Amino acid sequence: MMTVDAVGLEERAADLAKRSIKKHAKIHGLRIAIACIDLTGLEGKDTPGRVAQLCRKALTPDSRDPTLPHVAAVCVYPSLVSAAKKALEGSDVKVASVATAFPSGQSSIAVKIEETKEAVADGADEIDMVIDRGAFHAGRFREVRSEIEAVKQACGPAALKVILETGELGTYDNVRRASQLAMEAGADFIKTSTGKIAPAATLPVALVMLQAARDFERRTGRRVGVKVAGGIRAAKQALQYLVIVKETCGDDWLSPAWFRIGASSLLNDILMQLWKERTGAYQSDEYFTKD
Amino acid sequence: MTSRIEVRKTLKLYIAGAFVRSESGRTISVQAKDETVNVALASRKDVRDAVRAARTAWPNWRDRSAYNRGQILYRLAEMMESRRAQLIEACRAAGLTARAAEKDVDEAIDATCWYAGLSDKIEQIFSTKNPVSGPHFNVSTPESTGVVGVVAPLASGVAGLIAAVIPPLCGANTVVCIASDADPFSTVALCESAATSDLPAGVLNVLTGRRSVTAPHLAAHMDVNALGLWDCEPAERKELDIAASANVKRVHGYKAEDRSAALMRNPYRVVDFLEIKTTWHPAGL
Repeated sequence: MMTVDAVGLEERAADLAKRSIKKHAKIHGLRIAIACIDLTGLEGKDTPGRVAQLCRKALTPDSRDPTLPHVAAVCVYPSLVSAAKKALEGSDVKVASVATAFPSGQSSIAVKIEETKEAVADGADEIDMVIDRGAFHAGRFREVRSEIEAVKQACGPAALKVILETGELGTYDNVRRASQLAMEAGADFIKTSTGKIAPAATLPVALVMLQAARDFERRTGRRVGVKVAGGIRAAKQALQYLVIVKETCGDDWLSPAWFRIGASSLLNDILMQLWKERTGAYQSDEYFTKD
Repeated sequence: MTSRIEVRKTLKLYIAGAFVRSESGRTISVQAKDETVNVALASRKDVRDAVRAARTAWPNWRDRSAYNRGQILYRLAEMMESRRAQLIEACRAAGLTARAAEKDVDEAIDATCWYAGLSDKIEQIFSTKNPVSGPHFNVSTPESTGVVGVVAPLASGVAGLIAAVIPPLCGANTVVCIASDADPFSTVALCESAATSDLPAGVLNVLTGRRSVTAPHLAAHMDVNALGLWDCEPAERKELDIAASANVKRVHGYKAEDRSAALMRNPYRVVDFLEIKTTWHPAGL
């Protein structure tokens, strides 16, 4: 098992985050960021109505600018998949559903598989599962792996994103190991966090995961995408992640096929930045829809 | 015997309760009475940061009781009183005579005190019960506007700055103030009083430098709800009015004569930065 040079990793991430991206490059980057967003509504108070609103925002992020891309996917709880599917009918926006006892993952394998099957049957195109961190820390890697394999099988045609919950993994070595394990078990995406605990996504963690995905592709020929999620609220952060993706994996990764950002309030901040570039005036979120 | 090395003060911006250099790293030389002083030159990004701080601070400032806001403004007057010598010295650096500086500072402290007392009376004075035909109570009450951008008087002194920022603060607004180009001295001295009063961080933010650099960005900022513009030439006023029109800011212009002692203590100054909310309530049911 390769170990991660933590100091070097953090320095590289900090260095890449300093890159200055202005004017045309900024606008271009922000448009890519929108296209890569998994617009997320994971609140206990979510209703079918609120999800429908979220889906409209996903399809048309800003009604004043029809040239903007739509987001990659809408991410909801399993019970709201059918509502999201209905609202997104006829569009390319995917429906992603968290499953497997999100966010803790503390449930029996039978329940997890059943939940996954139900979400897929309701129309989910993508499943965001959480790994069993308890088993991972106890060193029961085979158990974690077989669980991912079982859920992957239950997904059928749906893509599987595996949430590592890096905030609970403790070290970069563990992140690298969990990434490796998830990819070998058949994940289509590896994802940093649930967004329910802090710290969520950080630049160094994303860098480790991207390096793991890059190395996995070199070794096996199979490309696995990376999704960062949790705490990404500012357009500037989104651009920093795009820089890290580009520098680690290359230009063709700057696409929703291989890179996603799980976020909700980020979208409005990006829209505000785009309007700032257009008008020259700093914007207020009063003038942007809340969902 | 070794001679002491004097500890010189760096004149900085006051944003979110902290004294910070401009994000641009730039400074500007300003002529004080006996020396040339380097002062932080605020950039448009400092305007952005200050407005963000003011917007963040607003809900907490607005939701405190008017009595508590009054107490805090009174605390500011207390701090100014105990730093009176420093404030007078700052006014003298800006070119005021000893007597004029004393008068200016005393006026500023007294006005602060007066607005502190007005804080919990504004709502009573300007609320109305409106006669309407129909079975309704109809009442109007003033509420704060939000984030107020203030362009301070050209030769501000402490009193000028107080005249510009205290009325909106008294009305439960948060303030981003662009200080006088020529007098950053009394500005920074006043901010030090504010920082040691109980004024929550971000309620008052002050930018030094050149108003021609920052004022247009403040006027155009969509998250600023009103402007108080002091000593604007017609051309400057027109430019700022146009910039302010995008989100229909309230814009109030003031001239040097508006600083007279009588006009300094004027409740309508507070009303300039209030919104009136009218409520219809069914009666006789």
